[in-house]
Amino acid sequence: MSAPSTALRAGRDPYHMGHVPATGEPEYTGHGGGGPAPKRIVVGYGFWIFILSDVILFSAFFATYTVLIHARNGGPGPRELFDLHNTAQETACLLLSSFTCGMASLAVGRRNLLWTEITLALTGLLGVTFLILELHEFLGLVARGAGPTHSAFLTAFFSLVGCHGVHVSAGLLWLGTMMAQFPAKGFKESIRHRYLCFSLFWHALDIIWIGIFTVVYLIGFLTP
Amino acid sequence: MTLLGKLTWQAIPFQEPLPLLSGAAVLIIMIAVLAWVIVRGYVPYLWREWITSVDHKRIGIMYCILAGVMLLRGFIDAIMMRTQQAMAYNAPGFLPPSHFDQIFSAHGTIMIFFVAMPFVIGLMNVIVPLQLGVRDVAFPTLNSVSFWLTAAGALLVNLSLVVGEFDRTGWLPYPPLSELTYSPGVGVDYYCWSLQISGIGTLMTGINFVTTILKLRAPGMHYSRMPMFCWTALASNLLIVAAFPILTACLAMLLLDRYVGFHFFTDTGGGNSMMFMNLIWAWGHPEVYILVLPAFGIYSEVVSTFSSKPLFGYRSMIYATMAICIISFMVWLHHFFTMGAGADVNAIFGIASMIIAVPTGVKIFNWLFTMYGGYVRFTSPMLWSIGFMVTFAIGGMTGVLLAVPPADFQLHNSVFLVAHFHNVIIGAVLFGVFAGYTYWFPKAFGFVLDERLGKWAFWLWLIGFWVAWGPGYVVGLEGMTRRLQHYDVAEWHPWLVLAEWGVLIILLGIVAQIAQIVVSIRTRERRRDVTGDPWDGRNLEWVTSSPPPAFNFAVLPDVTDQEPYWDMKARARELGQLTRPEPQYEPIHMPRNSPTGFVTAFFAVVTGFALIWHIWWLVLLGLAGAYATFVVFAWRDHDEILIPAEEVARLDRANRAARSAALQHRQLRRESQPESHE
Repeated sequence: MSAPSTALRAGRDPYHMGHVPATGEPEYTGHGGGGPAPKRIVVGYGFWIFILSDVILFSAFFATYTVLIHARNGGPGPRELFDLHNTAQETACLLLSSFTCGMASLAVGRRNLLWTEITLALTGLLGVTFLILELHEFLGLVARGAGPTHSAFLTAFFSLVGCHGVHVSAGLLWLGTMMAQFPAKGFKESIRHRYLCFSLFWHALDIIWIGIFTVVYLIGFLTP
Repeated sequence: MTLLGKLTWQAIPFQEPLPLLSGAAVLIIMIAVLAWVIVRGYVPYLWREWITSVDHKRIGIMYCILAGVMLLRGFIDAIMMRTQQAMAYNAPGFLPPSHFDQIFSAHGTIMIFFVAMPFVIGLMNVIVPLQLGVRDVAFPTLNSVSFWLTAAGALLVNLSLVVGEFDRTGWLPYPPLSELTYSPGVGVDYYCWSLQISGIGTLMTGINFVTTILKLRAPGMHYSRMPMFCWTALASNLLIVAAFPILTACLAMLLLDRYVGFHFFTDTGGGNSMMFMNLIWAWGHPEVYILVLPAFGIYSEVVSTFSSKPLFGYRSMIYATMAICIISFMVWLHHFFTMGAGADVNAIFGIASMIIAVPTGVKIFNWLFTMYGGYVRFTSPMLWSIGFMVTFAIGGMTGVLLAVPPADFQLHNSVFLVAHFHNVIIGAVLFGVFAGYTYWFPKAFGFVLDERLGKWAFWLWLIGFWVAWGPGYVVGLEGMTRRLQHYDVAEWHPWLVLAEWGVLIILLGIVAQIAQIVVSIRTRERRRDVTGDPWDGRNLEWVTSSPPPAFNFAVLPDVTDQEPYWDMKARARELGQLTRPEPQYEPIHMPRNSPTGFVTAFFAVVTGFALIWHIWWLVLLGLAGAYATFVVFAWRDHDEILIPAEEVARLDRANRAARSAALQHRQLRRESQPESHE
């Protein structure tokens, strides 16, 4: 008999259930000897893998953007088009929304419905503001004749930034659903797991935005 | 803007009798099957036990059935192409170019996405949780969604047979040909949306299995004790997670070009069509290994079991698998050496492509050494494995040849290339899933397939393959390019006629396989696998009964060895009784059935169809339906059912009794023949 399984035997003998209880000692992560990991770890881990795949999706759009950045079709480039003030406001909105999302995580941890709803509403509000700013930028570009169909560079720009925008919109839909679920269902385990996934998703979108901010806007300004 | 978008009566190919008739035939068969199911009152059973099932074994079986049906469709395309090329020497043949182009495109698309992928994923579904010694995958409902999305994609591809057309650009829609300017029809849209939908399903499968394999294993199953099939499944699913998003992005870009006039790959506006080649092959080459790695895992299981020996070089096999997993992302450019990237770039990718042959060679030697000195039983799964080793070694060598850039400049897009990838995909992937299907069939259904017909099928396939694709190498070297609807080179003609004979021999092989299923089902009572271990297996899938109960294991097995079941069996044979005393049975929680997958797929088909035909209101309706489905799923309160302890005890006691009896029987036979061959 190997050492880890003896240790497990000495614990709560979880084999019969196939899951180790999420609370109390010992807790296993699914590595090697311990047997199947508890549900919280499995759900979080699976969602991390999804986020990784999503990052790869974005990386394809990033790669395309950097390939096409000089394919202007005789039209304008980043320096003529981008407004860093707008970008700064967008960034502020998104980073603040990550902060409020973190606050919501704390509120969920404390099972505080009021603060959960308030912080989630703030997160959503900041997300909507971000989308409005982005839409404002997009419409402005189209109005100046620099729409996505004008050149390959603009195609790549609108697609990369727009893909992030679509993700934020989907996140807002999810957030709204979660805001309805907490009062309706309470802080059930499955709902808390779902919230864990949502917050991972929301923070990941921030990281993607940092990439966009750097590659598209900052480097765009440095590129002639 | 009309209510039905681009959809009119002209979409039905009344003027082309061939697709119309075959489509009508399929429709009639489908209606007949449906009517039979309804009249016999099977609908509630199918709904309860299969359509809404979240049991990994059921889902796996449905994947395999989907693959089998699609194999027939893809194979009919193959026969038509071979017949066309056998006839079309200085002649038009029987397929007009527009139809021939759709057929070679559909053949490749179906064989890769709806035969090879679902077959491999189906076998992983049935076996991986059993080999890991756990009760299900990490996300059972998601697994059902994955399957039904794959089926939705397959349905859309087949719908193009009667409503509209399929794409004519080959199995990968290379721009600029696939752009709106040159392909204004709905064919490319059918292709893209089918693959987007089934691609989401595949990605979810990848996430599900990576999580399952890394986080859910029986107690004591360290990485160094994981069965080889689980290792290769892990590698394959890691590749899915890393590669499929690139396909999604790439097809999304093509769709944006086609639908809203973007300029990713267009000739105008600064678009760059070579970027499509890079993106599609950054997915496409790992895809090759997504398919073949699980097949390598199957061979490892089969060769070890039927050689009655542990797998030779277990650790080197793991290193080889993971090396392939990584290097597979560093070779994509060898699909277009002729792009003109320059000698240095081509050299790097050529060398990387040759390097990937090294771990593959390691694997071949490991299988050979596993057989060496073993007590080899030449069952049909073993025959598929040996046939694979010979066929694949040759296919691999032609691959190394193509990896040499100067040689590739000559052979690029020739039939030599087509022969090469059929050599590896049929010889490795298809033979592998056939080996796995025969090997694990008793586990899934509780009875063993007919061996005689299985061996017939193997020999017909092996010979048929070589007769069909040996000539491909010859005409390829003689300069024949791929996808020719007609030709006027006299030297090619006899070889293409020979290839036609080859495909007919394969047809006989498929007939033998269908006969094998029919005969085996009819005589299943005397083929019962009573003990759950028909082949004297070595891993945990053989610990439980055949077919396994919904919960797989009454108590999770304790893993103390690299071959856990062999270890248990050896000790039981020493002791003369089962190693574990009867456990304290406890009720088991299992995930509850859910129609989420089926309903989601329904809305996916609606949305996909509406997108293809530009029926925008229906797109919105479909998306809203899919969202509503998710909300309903998220709102449910009871997601588990309880299997009572008495039920668990009843099923497990029956299996223990059968195993004890087999053990006693073995013991008695031993005692009566003390001088047996040992």
